[in-house]
Parts: sequence; structure tokens; C-alpha cells
Amino acid sequence: MLVNRTLLLGLLGLLLGACSDGKSGLAHQGLVYCAEGSPETFNPQLVTSGTTVDATSNQLYDKLIDIDAKTGEVIPRLAVSWEMSPDGLRYSFQLRRGVQFHQTPYFTPSRDFDADDVIFSFRRQWDKNDPFHKVSGGEYPFFEAVGLGSLLHDIVRDNAHQVTFVLNRPDASFLANLATDYEVILSAEYGKQLLAQGLPGRIDTQPIGTGPFVFESYRKDSYIRYHAHPHYWDGKVAVNPLIFDITKRSSRRLAKLITGECDVTGLPLASEIGEIKKHPNLKLQSTPGLNVGFWAFNTERPPLNNPDVRHALALAIDKNTIMQAVFYGTGSAANTLLPESSWAYNDKIPPMKRDLDKARELMKKAGLQDGFNLDIWAMPVSRSYNPNARKMAELIQSDLAAIKVKVRIITYDWTNFRRRLAHGEHDSVLIGWSADNTDPDNFFSPTLSCAALAGGNNRANWCDPKFDTLLTKALLVQDRAQRKVYYQQAQAYLQEAMPVVPLAHGLRFSASQADVEGVTLRPFGGIGFAKARRTD
Amino acid sequence: MLSYTLRRINLFIITFVLLALVAFSLTHLGPGDALSHLVNTDGLGPGQIAALRAHYHLDDSLVVQFGYYLERIFSGDWGYSLSNGEAVLGVLMRTLPATLELIFSAMLVALVIGIPTGAFAAMYKRSATDYAVQGLAMVGYSIPIYWWALLLVLVFSLKLGWLPVSGRLSLVYEIPPKTGFLLVDIWLSKVPYRLEAMRDALAHLVMPTLVLATVPTAVVARLTRSSLREVLKKNYIRAARARGWSMWKVVRRHGLHNALVPVGRILGLQIAALLSGAIITESIFNWPGVGNYLINSIYSRDFPAIQGCLLLLSSFVILVSVLTDIIFTALDPLHRKRLHAEP
Repeated sequence: MLVNRTLLLGLLGLLLGACSDGKSGLAHQGLVYCAEGSPETFNPQLVTSGTTVDATSNQLYDKLIDIDAKTGEVIPRLAVSWEMSPDGLRYSFQLRRGVQFHQTPYFTPSRDFDADDVIFSFRRQWDKNDPFHKVSGGEYPFFEAVGLGSLLHDIVRDNAHQVTFVLNRPDASFLANLATDYEVILSAEYGKQLLAQGLPGRIDTQPIGTGPFVFESYRKDSYIRYHAHPHYWDGKVAVNPLIFDITKRSSRRLAKLITGECDVTGLPLASEIGEIKKHPNLKLQSTPGLNVGFWAFNTERPPLNNPDVRHALALAIDKNTIMQAVFYGTGSAANTLLPESSWAYNDKIPPMKRDLDKARELMKKAGLQDGFNLDIWAMPVSRSYNPNARKMAELIQSDLAAIKVKVRIITYDWTNFRRRLAHGEHDSVLIGWSADNTDPDNFFSPTLSCAALAGGNNRANWCDPKFDTLLTKALLVQDRAQRKVYYQQAQAYLQEAMPVVPLAHGLRFSASQADVEGVTLRPFGGIGFAKARRTD
Repeated sequence: MLSYTLRRINLFIITFVLLALVAFSLTHLGPGDALSHLVNTDGLGPGQIAALRAHYHLDDSLVVQFGYYLERIFSGDWGYSLSNGEAVLGVLMRTLPATLELIFSAMLVALVIGIPTGAFAAMYKRSATDYAVQGLAMVGYSIPIYWWALLLVLVFSLKLGWLPVSGRLSLVYEIPPKTGFLLVDIWLSKVPYRLEAMRDALAHLVMPTLVLATVPTAVVARLTRSSLREVLKKNYIRAARARGWSMWKVVRRHGLHNALVPVGRILGLQIAALLSGAIITESIFNWPGVGNYLINSIYSRDFPAIQGCLLLLSSFVILVSVLTDIIFTALDPLHRKRLHAEP
């Protein structure tokens, strides 16, 4: 009995000790970000997924240039200045000096960042003969989708601190594309070391960059650990270590945020916003998202290859209900692919309202008055442009019953889902696009151009020469007013052809403990912790 | 005793082979090609597929395949996870200590709370204490544990903010694994934040332990109560009482010692229930143990991982019950005689 009593007391003591406030020491220095999924790779050049971009781009790497979230202007990062030749074919970048790469147990840099690293990073994506081109699958979806592959003519090393990109034709979106989270700078020296070791694949799994955090360890579906880069060029990093706690279920992320296990959480569900606002120790950060959620039809499949059928389906759905039931006021209905805030937005396109009579008429015209069977793929993850695709699919299912279209809702786990999509196995899919920069081209080329079809990112499997011509023309001129005309024509043409139905533009949210500051959440691209710190 | 032990070990071996047969059959009973349940065949050419089929002897008869399966099991090749390519045995060896830690602390709580309350109830039979203990034990025994867990989470995490809702240790702390038992590892580690980490680990342990301990605590309390009451009726207890010993002294000196033997035996047999409880508890609290791994593997249809978990968990149950049998039979010769139907 005595033993029992001692044990009991000891245990109680430990429990009470455990219950007391643990926000001191290391827990206070470090920062835990509850992420919604595992990155597919540690090199954002290889993907277009937001989850991967969040875990890599702003944490591990730097880009040559960036876009100021407020003004939309191009700002320096690893390039301190740049010049465009008068014909718009040559861009010369002056590189920053004294930028150090990460030092890890698997790599010790012997030199600072220079022109070779820039050339290495781009050559890998561009040059099919580069020893790294085929590594990890050899696909660079963003690079291909925006046509950088065919745009580049050469990348010239002027000296150790100056690089010139030579283009085949002028392209007004070139700088904006370089500023995206996908065009990060890798270490050429590390690449060389890996080649010598015969382990080139490691470049994408054991990353080396110049970013604010150094990769430490990763366990799939569990966590990623980073520590602060002690020699970061852009100021001291206040957070150390940085942990990505991979928590797939949104309700669990919310619970962890409330208990303080997470300091910051990404992508709270629209339905959870109210709950977060109730807690005084939490704060919500929101930014209008440069994104669009849409319903893409696989235009290669009958009867969806008929624009009348696509119009009929679009006319049969009720966007208002969707906005209320899925977005809870965290988004606005989309009229075109471009958000209204974009300078190229076409405000002359009339909003599409539910019109069942017209929908039935079009169905009859297509000889489908008795309806047909349609699969709608609903993505299994939550995105700001579509917080709940499954629920949206159910709403559309009941809407479409009115025109006798029988809907089957299909979903797979995210990796599988996108692989099958890229193979074009779907009839239609509820998905969307988050822009990587403020250039309007970024809403069209990566999603609906013929190049995007080749890159496997064109969910409508739609390749239309007329549309592509408009996009190309818009890129060939630098004059914004002229570009605007082309983009407005492109939007009107999309409305006519309807390969996708634009549904909504979502707000981007992140929630954090009230004492965490400096987490950057940009309308385009990922989340950044370089300037994050605690205020107390 | 030797023959008894040998018979038990024999039983263990036979059961293990049968379990392996069940695990093995998973490969062939699942939908689709057997090879796709063993390895990730995405993107492999016909040559590679043929080589893999040969490696797993998939074109031989089932009996031969089973033989090779056993060989792989015993040589430590438990296959590779389909979802991330990790060696299943490695993951099991990493997750098993977490599960054991949880089970062990639940057992501890069950004993520390169950035995005294059961003893109290037996000593003051038909009193308010007795009825209260019996009532609580009944509730504890029948409460659905996932509901109970969510209730605790709601109160202690979300309302009061005292305890974390998931995991085993805040990811901020990095503890080098030595034994795999986190509390021990923290104790052994030389990190400067040792105490802080220890506190954090204990805070993580509280709710899962309480949840998992609920049923065994009720079982222990009820068993102690009934067993002690039987013992208290015995003549030697009456004699001790007649000598003027207090009830407390009698229970401490003679009662509990004799009453706890059957409790121990039953607890050993409770291990299966405890493990299935652990699977639920782990998945609710995202405790990184075998149970959580099993549930996640089922979600992602990761056959090699499911096979490994099943084989490990079930053979663990059999092993513990065989060991308990042997130990308690050694402690209690009467029982051994009963087994042999000796007078």
C-alpha cells in the first residue's frame, strides 16, 4: 500500500507539473506551423502544388526577384538590379554579393552564391541535355505551362555577378514569371557534388538553398524540421526551429491552434472562421486571394466536347447557393477567370445566372433532352478557391438533376487525384488555380493554353489556337493598355467556349496565436516565416 | 512445469504460423494483382515487374509462396510501405515502443487506482463506498472510449487549454531516440531543454493514458473487490481478526497478497482488449504508435504495412497471454494441477 501511495503522489505531482504553462524556453523560440499536407518534393520547380510551395519556396530558397504584394511592382531579391534591352529580348541581372548557401551535414558550401547557380537552376528546367533535367521525372510544370522553355534562347554568364537571359521573342510576363515561387535558385556546387557521388536525385529530397531556413529532417505525413539559417543575407531569422506539423484534418488543426500546439495554421475552413474569431488569444489574417475556383470540363470527351452542353451545365447551377453553403462569406462569385482586382478584368461580361429553360433548350439542341451521366471529380483537399469541393459537388449534383443529368461524385487521395487528372481520366472536375504572380497571363497560360495541356495542368484538356493566339499577342507587347484589350478578348472568348465555369475567388486565410507576428501571407504564392517573431 | 511451459511455447508457435497464414492471405485476397499489394508497381517496366514477381515467387504454388513469406518474416524483411517506401519492420520497431509506453502507463494507472478502490469496496461491503465503486466501475467498463476521449479533449484541451490534443511530444523538441521509450529517452538525453521536454511529454501522455486506463481500471477494481471478498471469508482471516488485528492490517498482511494473484492473471489476458483500446486511443490522439500506423495504413490501403501491424499486434497478444499463463501458473501450483486434472 505504501508503495502505491508513493506512486500515486508521484504521479499526481508529475501531472500537475505537466499541466502548468509550457510556453517558455525552446517552445517559445520555435514556431510550429500546422500544414495541411506533405510536400511531394523539396524542389518547387517540380510541382504546382501549394502545399509544396508553402513548405519549400519561401523557407528554403530565394528567387532572383519578387513581386511586392501591395504595389504589384517587381522588387529585388538575389538580383539587386536588372535591365531590359530596348528590343525586349535581353534581360541582364546584377546579382547580390555575399549570399551564403546552407551548410548541412550533407553539404558544406565553399563559395557564395553567384552566376553559376542562376544558370544551373534554370538550365536544369530548360536544357533537355542538362544532367539534372531528367532527375525526379524531368517535368517542370510551371516552367512548361508558361512557355519559358520555348521563350528562352540562352542564359549567358557575363561575369560571376551578372547573368543575361536572352529570349526568342519579347514577353511582357517574363519578369513576373521569374518572380514566382517556382523559379527558385539552387546550388550549382551542391549539384556537382551530387553528380560526383552518383546521387543526383538528392537535390530534390535533401535541399540546399539560400533561404531563411535550413532543412533538417522530414517524415512523410508527420513533420518537417527546419532550423534558422545563421548567415541569412536578409536579416536575422527570429524563429528557431521552424516545424511543419503535418495535420491533414482541418478540425484537428483548429484544435491544435486553440491548445497552442500550433502557432500558425494554414487554410482554416470557411466554417471555422467564426470559431477562431471567438478566441481572444488567436488572430486571423486574411488577404484577397489571387485565385479562382472553377469547374473544368474534359472537352475531349463527348458530350462535353459540345460547347452547347457545357453552357447548359453552367446555366443549370446556382452559384449563390454555392457561395453561401461552401464559402460562408469567405469568397466572391467569379465571373471570369480573372478576379475583379486584376487590371485586365473584363467588366462587360454579364454575370451568369441560373436559367433552367435556356439550359434545357441547349440540351435539346445537343440531342440530350433525356440527360446523360456525368462524373464530377471533387478534390479531397481544401483550398482557398474551394474550401469544400465535395460539398460543392453535392450541390451541383442536385442542381443538375433538374436537367436530367445524373452526377456521380468521385474523389481520390490528393496525389492519386492529380495523377489521374493529368492522364485525363475525368469527365469534369472541381478544382482551381492560385496565381503565382499578379500578371493576368498567369491565370490563362498555366490553366488553359496548349502548353498547359502538354504539361498536364490543363484540366479541361482544351487547346484552342484562337485563344492561344490572343495570349501570345498579349505577351508580345509591353504596353499595358494594349495587353488589356487582348486579355479582355480572351475572357470574352472563354465565356463563349466555356471549357471551364469560373465559380469563385476565395480569400486566403491563416490563423495564428495573437503573439506571433511577421508571417507573410501573399495573395499569390505561399506562406513565409523569414520575418516571423513573437511579440512578448 | 517444464512440460507445461513447453506446451505453451508450442501453442505460441502454432498460433504464430496461423497468424502469418492470415497475414499472408491478405496479399492474395485483396482486389487486383497480388504484386500490387506487395510493392508499388507504378511506372515500372515489364522487365522490372517480372523480376519482382520472381523475387516474391508469385508464380509458384501458394504453399511455396507461404514458405518464402515465412522465410522473409524471420529474416526481418517485412516488406516496404506502399505509400512511402519505408521498411515496415523499421516503422514497427519505431512505433511499438510508443504503444507499449501508452499501455504501460495505462496499466499503471489501472493498478494504482483500481486496486485501492476495489479493496475499499470489499472492506466496506454494501456501504455507500461499495456501491459508488461498483457504479463507477460499471460506467467505466461500459463507456464508449472514443466518446469519453472526445469529452476529455473538449474539456481539458479546448475549454481549459491545459492539455495538448495530439501527438507524443511537441515537435519543437528534438530528442535523439535511444530506447524508443520517450520518457526514458528524454531522461537519458543531454539536451538543455530536458525538463521542459519531460513536462511536455507528460502533458501529452495524460489524456491518452486516462482514456486507455478507463476499462482496465474498472476491471481491476471489480476483480479486486470480488477476489478480496472471497479471501476475507477464509478462516485464516477470521483467525487474524479474532486475534484483534484491525481490518486494514489483515488486508495488508494477508488479504491483498492472496487476492491479487487472480487479478494479475486476468490482466494478462486483458492485453488483447488493451491493445484494441490502444488502437482507438492512438488514432484519436494521433499518438505515433502501432495502432495509429495500422489505422493510417488501412486508410491508404497499404497492404504490407497492414500485414506487418496485424502480425506484430496479434503475436504480441499471444506472447503476453502465454507468458502470463506461464508466470502465474508458476506462482500458483494449484492452478497447474487443475490443468492436469490432478486431484
